[in-house]
Amino acid sequence: MYILSVCGMGFGTSLMLLMDIQSMAKEHGYTVDGEATDLGSAKGKNCDLMVASSEIAAELSDENVPIVSIDNLLDKNEIKEKILPMIEKLYKGV
Amino acid sequence: MTLLKKEAVYLGAELDNAIDAITLSGELLVSAGYAKKEYTDAMIKGFNDVGPYIVIAPGIAIPHSRPEKGALKTGFSLVRLKDPINFGHDKNDPVQLVCAITGTGNNGHIEMLQKIAIILGDREKHKQILEAKNFGDIAQIITI
Repeated sequence: MYILSVCGMGFGTSLMLLMDIQSMAKEHGYTVDGEATDLGSAKGKNCDLMVASSEIAAELSDENVPIVSIDNLLDKNEIKEKILPMIEKLYKGV
Repeated sequence: MTLLKKEAVYLGAELDNAIDAITLSGELLVSAGYAKKEYTDAMIKGFNDVGPYIVIAPGIAIPHSRPEKGALKTGFSLVRLKDPINFGHDKNDPVQLVCAITGTGNNGHIEMLQKIAIILGDREKHKQILEAKNFGDIAQIITI
């Protein structure tokens, strides 16, 4: 699966988010590919899931893939609670 | 060896708006040799263009821009505001810690970002940073 993490510039918060997601997924036995990108490049990109901070997620509402919005990017529990179920769902293909 | 430089830390800043706070965090990057002045302008432009998303967690903002906007080295600065300021974020306002970040390659700053995230994401350390009296205290907490 391929996750796109999105922030204003594709350099700071999106990278942090992607690293957290990948290490969380790994702990649960999933391998997640992905890319950190900026808001402008994210639109229309092919991926299974987009993840962004709440401010940015609001801008992505037109996309055709599920979008997860994270309020506290430093809170690993929030990231896990919101994203792990999505990863599990995608892996099981349901 | 710590990445944290004394010139890059300012405790008890008395400011009343987000732009001034980002400006100060950028000036600290410049005095520590992490960035050119234009990097500060780019961080402010980023904030004006894309909004308050840099407030990544309750009370914490990490202004930053892209490497080509005047970053010289991988590094960060820390501003602790005397009184918290609203950055316009729905959930994470008001902000008391402003931690500006620079990176030079596409990936050079990842390890630093991860470490900063671990420290700022640790409630006890976050509290200690808010209570630290001087740079010496901060250097004991932020050991990256």
